[in-house]
Amino acid sequence: MMNKVMVTSKPVAVKPLKLSQPLGAALAFLGIKGAIPLFHGSQGCTAFAKVMLVRHYREAIPLATTALSEVSTILGGEDNIKQSLKVLIEQSHPKLIGLCSTALSEARGEDVAGILRTCELPIPVVYANTPDFYGSLSDGYSRAVEAIVKTIPQEGALHTRQVTLLIGSDLTPGEVADLKQLVRDFHLLPIAIPDLSTSMDGHLADSYQGVSTGGVTLEELQVSGRSAFVLAIGESMRQAGKIWQERFQVPYKLFPTVTGLEASDCLIQCLMEWSGCGVPAQYPWQRRQLLDAMLDTHFYLGGKRIALALEPDLLYGISQFLVSMGAMIQVAVSPTRSPQLEKLPCEQVIIGDLHDLETHAQGADLLITNSRGAGIAKTLGIPLLRLGFPIFDRLGNGLRSYVGYRGTTQLLFDLGNLLIEAETH
Amino acid sequence: MLQAKINQLLTEPACGHNHHHGDKKNRSCSQQAKPGSAQGGCAFDGASITLVPITDCAHLVHGPIACAGNSWGGRGSLSSGSNLFQTGFTTDLSEQDIIMGGEKRLYQSIKYIAQNYQPAGIFVYCTCVPALTGEDVEAVCKTAREKLNLPVIPVMAPGFVGSKNLGNRLAGEALLDYVIGTGEPPTLGKFVINLIGEYNIAGEMWNVLSLFERLGIQVLAKMTGDARYQEITYAHHAHLNLVICSKALLNVARKMQERYGIPFIECSFYGISDMNQCLRQIAQHFQDPELTAKVEALIAEETQKLDQALAPYRAQLAGKKIVLYTGGVKSWSVISAAQDLGIKVVATSTKKSTAEDKARIKELLGTDGITIEGGGAKELLEVIRRTKADMLIAGGRNQYTALKARIPFLDINQERHKGYAGYEGMITLAQELTNALYSPIWAQIRQPAPWEVDDE
Repeated sequence: MMNKVMVTSKPVAVKPLKLSQPLGAALAFLGIKGAIPLFHGSQGCTAFAKVMLVRHYREAIPLATTALSEVSTILGGEDNIKQSLKVLIEQSHPKLIGLCSTALSEARGEDVAGILRTCELPIPVVYANTPDFYGSLSDGYSRAVEAIVKTIPQEGALHTRQVTLLIGSDLTPGEVADLKQLVRDFHLLPIAIPDLSTSMDGHLADSYQGVSTGGVTLEELQVSGRSAFVLAIGESMRQAGKIWQERFQVPYKLFPTVTGLEASDCLIQCLMEWSGCGVPAQYPWQRRQLLDAMLDTHFYLGGKRIALALEPDLLYGISQFLVSMGAMIQVAVSPTRSPQLEKLPCEQVIIGDLHDLETHAQGADLLITNSRGAGIAKTLGIPLLRLGFPIFDRLGNGLRSYVGYRGTTQLLFDLGNLLIEAETH
Repeated sequence: MLQAKINQLLTEPACGHNHHHGDKKNRSCSQQAKPGSAQGGCAFDGASITLVPITDCAHLVHGPIACAGNSWGGRGSLSSGSNLFQTGFTTDLSEQDIIMGGEKRLYQSIKYIAQNYQPAGIFVYCTCVPALTGEDVEAVCKTAREKLNLPVIPVMAPGFVGSKNLGNRLAGEALLDYVIGTGEPPTLGKFVINLIGEYNIAGEMWNVLSLFERLGIQVLAKMTGDARYQEITYAHHAHLNLVICSKALLNVARKMQERYGIPFIECSFYGISDMNQCLRQIAQHFQDPELTAKVEALIAEETQKLDQALAPYRAQLAGKKIVLYTGGVKSWSVISAAQDLGIKVVATSTKKSTAEDKARIKELLGTDGITIEGGGAKELLEVIRRTKADMLIAGGRNQYTALKARIPFLDINQERHKGYAGYEGMITLAQELTNALYSPIWAQIRQPAPWEVDDE
């Protein structure tokens, strides 16, 4: 079905859904162990992003700034970059620094890559070009992943049981953990890029560190170039997959979503073929649980009108799944463009903000968006499933999982419970 | 013009930071952020903290998405009326807008908001990018103001001009230039005051407003917690300004004194003794025997009520040691609140404090007290270890520094969800402190796993 992707006609964003690219890029860099993201901009650019990440994950978040002032913006921020790198390397001993540009440094036209070439650096500094005036969180995240795979993985003899997972921005740390476990259960060795499952999952470390306390290690990143298989999760990882294929001549397989029965079946089928192993016993059992949950919940979801506002990959995966359960997509709002949007199973997709969601969600049975939709849900009297980023009025964002058979079952229960509660009120 | 204004704000004569020459580094508002180690917010952040609590106004951020997209709806100021202030508005500048100039989009955005939201006024925040590209935001606001017949106030506080503190003052300038003095007040009572620098975080200002009401003191304008636009327009009719717990808006207090002859006093609503002192200062200012008697009666009544309500908490809190890590005036105003509960503050930060603040801290802490000049999580943890403190009280940014080190923590800054101001706030503070200190989780969390015990 072809549909119409429209851009909101307002001159102003009201209740913005969109988040900045550097924030997305920071998230990707936080999935590398011992890394610290550094924003090249005014210190506020960093402070705001940091507050968002802290509130969502309820974790200490390492994030640094080059602290551009008015003068250094006009004269050039070269010294700020060099001094920041020096201070960070001396004080926090990071394994990697993820340098992200902002609207400020980009509007000025700073040649960050050029400046980096003139620096002697004892550790890798990965530069992601992420102006705030373009794209949203998932775009910045993708750009950071692309910058990582362009530079860090090294060539070498292929490791026949090693799998590189290119993980899209919509997956939670808990979901990355589930995917890695699934791959391991087929006797394959997963390397997730990036890997939030051991950094942002919410675990109590032994001591304070000024860098990310978990994630894929630099060594793992380097040997990931030898993977025999590459799985890209989410359309937003397509470009990273292409870069991979070009660099290492290993084709990538792209899964637009890993939520839902069909998507989970495809993933397991693929792992079976790659590994030559049979399906481990727990998965057929989890599949039976999912089938049962589908029977139990289809009463509540059938014919229901759902209004969603999410980043593109998440929007696509959840919409497909909801339609597969008999629900209808009343309206879908995305903060940014993506080829995925054309394929959404609904008549109208709006590139816009939460105000557009509010306007088009009248009469819907359920809203799905981040915590900032809570006020809208209250005004309209429609239940809200919180999904995406940021979620600051719910606990457990690090561990929640809606992927695979088990995760899809959990999603069905969460959706069903919200609808049951709405019916009985 | 902006630069002249900034220089003037950085040397604000009423600010204690500027009184001690040869110590220029100590001016928190003029501190240059250090690349690689800066942690705080920017001037835009400070400006929005100051103005966004005005509830019936639209707050439009002119810039790319990061400035508003990453910050809207994040503040804990509460409203007793309109919730328009919680709606995020931004021009969300695209690459195209930056190349072609965003002035047209800005005007259209203002018009759209005026037509669709009926705001009492629109505050337009100029962020770094339009400031860099040289857009004339003030002119656009002027045109909009005339065409739409609505207050449209430019707030010239792009992030890169300086710190959060400077942004507070720039926001204050916007109020002085465009709002204060433009309206006519309702009937004025005998004792009329304004509150300056109180943002009604978690609704705590309401604890104090009820006290003023009982005393027959009229609060004309609040700047800016739970404020309506209108009340700030006639703030110049008050008899006295109360500057609450902050050096940030001293420029507003001082200029209102210059322009309208309104004297100001600085006070804190945290802690019994400071709250008492605040009420007494007001009574002293008005020199009215009846008011003075009322204040003393109220203090006596509240003290008695508090003694009863706090007794069980005081029993549990007495002798506990805390480290306090917060800025400016709060570093002493909270010490006094803690001491009212029998808690010993063993160390506090003096990073943003003036010489005057520091003298006061010294007096309150005693000779053993440690003052933390620098900052950073590592130093903080070291001080807690050295002093064997039971708890850290700080802003949300340090929350996980403490929790991850298995140390009880209480949030004292603006992201918190409980109000600690006034007498009622004291009870909340005592409850929260007790709950945090005596949570049964601490013993469990510090215990190693059974299989780790033998290794020790």
